[in-house]
Amino acid sequence: MHLGQSREGNLKTLFIIVKMPTVCLYLHVHQPWRIKRYRHSAIGKDSTYFSDEGDFDTNNEKMLLKVAEKSYKPTNRVLLELVRDYPEFRLGISITGTAIEQLERFSPETLELFCRLVDTGKVEILAETYHHSLAFFYSLEEFERQVELHRQKVKKIFGVGPRVFRNTELAYNNELGLWADKKGYLAILTEGWDKVLEWRSPNFVYSPKGAKKAKLLLKNYMLSDDIAFRFSQKTWEGWPLTAEKLSGWVSALNGNGEVVNLFMDYETFGEHQWEDTGIFSFLRALPGEILKHPDNNFKTPAEVAEHHASRGELDVPHVITWADTERDLSAWTGNAIQQDALSQLFSLEDKVYKTKRRDLIENWRKLTTSDHFYYMCTKWFNDGDVHAYFNPYESPYDAFRYFMNVLADLKLRVDA
Amino acid sequence: MKILMFGWELPPHNSGGLGVACLGLANALVERGEEIAFVLPKRLGNYKVPFKIFFAGLPEAGLAYGRTAFAEGLMGEVEQYARFAKKIALENRFDVVHAHDWLTFSAGIAASRASGRPLVAHVHATEVDRTGGLGSVSGEVFQKEKEGFEAASKIIAVSLRTKSILTGFYGINPSKVEVVHNGIDVPPGPAETDEGLEALKKSGYKIVLSVGRITLQKGIDYLVSAAAEVLRARPKVIFVIVGSGDMEGQIMSQVGRLGLSGNFLFPGFLRGRDISGIFGSADLFVMPSVSEPFGLVALEALAHGKPVIVSKQSGVAEVIKHAMKVDFWDTDEMADKILSVISSSSLVRLMAENGSKEVLSCTWAKAAKEISRLYLSL
Repeated sequence: MHLGQSREGNLKTLFIIVKMPTVCLYLHVHQPWRIKRYRHSAIGKDSTYFSDEGDFDTNNEKMLLKVAEKSYKPTNRVLLELVRDYPEFRLGISITGTAIEQLERFSPETLELFCRLVDTGKVEILAETYHHSLAFFYSLEEFERQVELHRQKVKKIFGVGPRVFRNTELAYNNELGLWADKKGYLAILTEGWDKVLEWRSPNFVYSPKGAKKAKLLLKNYMLSDDIAFRFSQKTWEGWPLTAEKLSGWVSALNGNGEVVNLFMDYETFGEHQWEDTGIFSFLRALPGEILKHPDNNFKTPAEVAEHHASRGELDVPHVITWADTERDLSAWTGNAIQQDALSQLFSLEDKVYKTKRRDLIENWRKLTTSDHFYYMCTKWFNDGDVHAYFNPYESPYDAFRYFMNVLADLKLRVDA
Repeated sequence: MKILMFGWELPPHNSGGLGVACLGLANALVERGEEIAFVLPKRLGNYKVPFKIFFAGLPEAGLAYGRTAFAEGLMGEVEQYARFAKKIALENRFDVVHAHDWLTFSAGIAASRASGRPLVAHVHATEVDRTGGLGSVSGEVFQKEKEGFEAASKIIAVSLRTKSILTGFYGINPSKVEVVHNGIDVPPGPAETDEGLEALKKSGYKIVLSVGRITLQKGIDYLVSAAAEVLRARPKVIFVIVGSGDMEGQIMSQVGRLGLSGNFLFPGFLRGRDISGIFGSADLFVMPSVSEPFGLVALEALAHGKPVIVSKQSGVAEVIKHAMKVDFWDTDEMADKILSVISSSSLVRLMAENGSKEVLSCTWAKAAKEISRLYLSL
């Protein structure tokens, strides 16, 4: 059992006067513009990089429609029911600009369902980079541009303004905490990672080091991953997971935890956990079970930040993320080809903007999406754990090849 | 256990991967405590091996390759070898007969019958591979192979690909076939380089290497087509084709016709330090085989710390993840992969680093362990 993340809470935090546990459910929606199988021979001739219309998993429309049918639509319908049936139920959603674009283009009816959810007033939309990028670590200027683009898009589509920030992959360090504070965000989300928390529990609200106002909400990865990863794992001692069981674990924190942050991908429902695992019945039953205990309630991330005081500053000098066992950026920036691709991409930034050409700038930005670099990851390639590693390309080396071919074409266009 | 093993050649007097594989495997089996008596058709020189060798003393027997299956007298040699095998089987005691490829199957069958010991047929290549997996299969050789497969108690295939050929083309029951992938003993010591190639590299050339017999099976003609595309995009590339074979003339005229003679080197068949030096100086290794039961040479390239592109029609593609893979016929894709590797030092570094690590787990010891287990199951 990891320090600070026992389901029973942490004795050392008992001295704090504790209120009832709030459940903060937050779901993340993202689709990248996958690069097609763009060969060297296309350089200088073909400037459509994201337009695979074939059978490969690089066909963005095909992928979007699949996930919309399996996950987005059924999940949205369940959430709409829940919001209607349980007035206290609420949640946070983040949805990247690239995902919104694809929904607009390929499945407007799915986007409409998201809008209906936001219109209930019970669903808060979070701020993030439009392109699901790691720009914060490469170019603050570009990062801020993408956050602003996202804000505008969310305003236009959903008519709301985000007040809480989540960075791509919940990547976080002190610097980003201070940035969010300076920009006036109520809170920023990241992983409740033991190495950072040490003896502390993730089930309290903290604040970034040196922040004046912004809070830090930390994912309770134990309970979140019970749903997101372990739900259908028959070898897990907690299987089968029922809403009642999870709610019991949450309620057991009553007295030594204030907020249980359940953060996960939207695709958990229907895509990572298929419908036949019972994931939708679980979701349907969850609010009722949680609210059976009179001390429990639901809050959105902004509400959590507003209602709960910080229990202390958290010092995060090195980047943490919600990814892998390492909780770092190594899946995106860990190997030589990823670093090469990122550095060549960002070294093109000024030249791209100087052209003032929207098409070039837009292409370049789409290339900043973190997924492209994730596909180049070789670390799981070693131990044969292919299941943990979805890749629309034949190999990480091929992912790099197509990316660099596209970048070479973009360079030609920029220099022209 | 005592194993009577029939081969056709052993290094350093070998013509290709068959001899290398037999030696690597026999050494590893000896290491495990198996007792090997290896039979060769003829002594071609001195051999430094940790096991006993019997020589059948066939007067004309040459190397396994470098002559066609229809070479005059070859079938006669095969039969002669079988007669000697019977003699040796009656004069010696052993538990298992293990025969490598069709040239030795008649000998294996004869030894097995004479002794009543079970036969293991080890398949490194089939006639189906040798004819490119497509066209007509030579009746005589195909027949010899089929006889061997049918007489064997167990068949060892060097890849899943080979297993499927055995079941598909030869009608062998899949439960009789076990897949044991080849291994490699990674050579210790400093990497050698080739002076001439190093000079070319200094003047900005990239070196793309392929090693193998120049035959239909090896697909060098597809590499030449890909090279034409590579050179259109990037003129300073030298393709080094090491090996010899019956398609040599055809390949050279293809290169000439395409006007690529200045970008191709054909050093012929090389061994020892010469080939190590060329491996050492290469930037990339490509194995474009049309039908490759395994493809040991790709493991050698990885062991030399080189990035590797292998055809999907190869057994080695089943065991190596840290390589780029391509359909041999997709020369446009092959060209693209070649270009991407030689254009990116980060890609070269990462593929080489991961590949040379991965190849460490492809050992003969692992193969020998599986084969020991198979002997026990007979």
